[in-house]
Amino acid sequence: MKIHRLLIANRGEIALRIIRTCRKLGIESVLAASEADLKSVPAKLAGMTVRLGNSAPAQSYLNIEHVIAAAREAKVQAIHPGYGFLSENVKLARACASAGIVFIGPDEQALEGVGDKLRAREHAVAAGLPVVPGGPVADADEAVALAKKIKFPVLIKAVGGGGGRGMKRVHEPAEMKHQAELAAAEAEAAFGDPRIYIERYVERGRHIEVQLLGDGRGEVVHLGTRDCSVQRRYQKLVEEAPAPNLDDKLRAAIHEAAIRFGKGLKYRGAGTVEFLVDDDRHEFYFLEMNARIQVEHPVTEAITGLDLIAEQIAIAEGEGLRFAQSEVAFSGHAIECRINAEDPLHDFRPSPGTVTTALFPAGPGIRVDTHIESGAVVPPFYDSLLAKIIAFGSDRNEALNRMRRALASTKIEGIETNISLHAALMNGNAFIQGGVHTSFFPGFLEAYLKTAGDRVLAGGVK
Amino acid sequence: MELSQEDIAEIQRLLEASSYSELIVETARQRITLRRAGDGWIQETQSLTHPNYVSPLQDDPSSGAAQRSRAKVAATEDGLVNVFPPLPGTFYRAPKPGADPFVEVGSIVNADSVIGIIETMKLMNPARAGVAGTIVEICAANGQLMEEAEVLMRVRPQDGAPT
Repeated sequence: MKIHRLLIANRGEIALRIIRTCRKLGIESVLAASEADLKSVPAKLAGMTVRLGNSAPAQSYLNIEHVIAAAREAKVQAIHPGYGFLSENVKLARACASAGIVFIGPDEQALEGVGDKLRAREHAVAAGLPVVPGGPVADADEAVALAKKIKFPVLIKAVGGGGGRGMKRVHEPAEMKHQAELAAAEAEAAFGDPRIYIERYVERGRHIEVQLLGDGRGEVVHLGTRDCSVQRRYQKLVEEAPAPNLDDKLRAAIHEAAIRFGKGLKYRGAGTVEFLVDDDRHEFYFLEMNARIQVEHPVTEAITGLDLIAEQIAIAEGEGLRFAQSEVAFSGHAIECRINAEDPLHDFRPSPGTVTTALFPAGPGIRVDTHIESGAVVPPFYDSLLAKIIAFGSDRNEALNRMRRALASTKIEGIETNISLHAALMNGNAFIQGGVHTSFFPGFLEAYLKTAGDRVLAGGVK
Repeated sequence: MELSQEDIAEIQRLLEASSYSELIVETARQRITLRRAGDGWIQETQSLTHPNYVSPLQDDPSSGAAQRSRAKVAATEDGLVNVFPPLPGTFYRAPKPGADPFVEVGSIVNADSVIGIIETMKLMNPARAGVAGTIVEICAANGQLMEEAEVLMRVRPQDGAPT
């Protein structure tokens, strides 16, 4: 079925990103916007805008009844959920099915199979993928017993979780009771599911993921790796494609493992299989699968020349995969920096408000995905992502150089941002060398804050 | 029509070879300014269209202007101290839904006491009393959106506590 009119149940840069592809494909886009977003840039540029509800996410972007009502009012054939919010919510997929609306995403079975992180682990084991030692625990005593078996430190994770929320690192048995109870309470509050599990904490690991596309009938292709190891509190800050300094054999094994996992689910649409990679030992472990388009998808688009949103729509229309694995060609290197409304000098304090000036880089190899322009309002209700700056080059060095220049010419005033932090990252030896571990950022930040403090004393920054 | 990122890159390539240092392209939807900046180029975009609503918007009393016009409690002549949120955001009186509130009217607090939570951009930030004393009034409702200049609570400072 050809989609002529599509509802975007999301906001911010991803909403605008989807609007752009819709326009390219001749699809009429309808933006479902909360009260706070009714006059946003995506609302101005969408074909039409429908009011989704009040500003609070629970009354708009997280409200299935409101999303379905908006879709009915706007008479759309399909809903694109973007990322976050309801993007991986099986109840939305079901509500779409009963309303006769196409949900642009995986089928209900796949959403359930990967949404429950323990079931995803079971799928991984069944597909022959290595998983990090660990498993489900009913209470703190069980957690201590299992942690002793798999060795401290361990990570407590939420079974219903994802996106790094609710994770706790525990170093010794004495901390376990408190942390396990805290994690279960947080998981209950955030995901409505108090179940937790534990996994061994791998200190010298890299976060490497594989982008997949599946037709829902068992055909799955991979679009290469992304390295997202630069993280603060399990939130990604910088991503790049392909993962640098990775042994060819190990890379091929990771690609193959991701495909096997996707085929096991007869996966439909765009999805990402995340791995923890120990490149010293040439080992890797399955972490989880994200059943949606991801924030960092542009780096994959840059090295493959594909439009992943267009492929998602084609798969949803029933076209299946429009190319074979052998037709996927990789070239060059791409890096993405997430520009957030937060102040690194003050413990990353969120900085909502009105953007008075927004100047972004332009030029060869530079792409900016943003919903921000001068005068745009950043509301306090949603996440702090303002823009993604993507730099592409024929090799990693060229991409890095372009990113440095791009960051230097980016100017956002009126609110605080993390642009200077990114500039420091791109000029730091560890990142330049490539292949940092997920434990890299805290140490980097400490050094950054020290020199930033010195600059403040010297009157260098405000 | 709208210019795609590819179009902008193409225009910029043409400009690179020219002696121009600024170009303004205006379509029905957007005005894009491309300007030389040092070695590179910057772009500034301004959307020119208005949202095209599926159905006319109705004034919603629970949002926007109605909330903003709420009177600020400012008077401190009575010796009370106003407690403001650390950031604009949504105010919560309890650590999680269903739990007891951090404080009630009559609660004794010190400067570091947490009196509530402000949720801003998905992060939970503690709101602290900032002064030692007794809570005499709770001005904000649970779940209410608070601006930085709006009063959360009023505290009667303990004798000798700095105000």
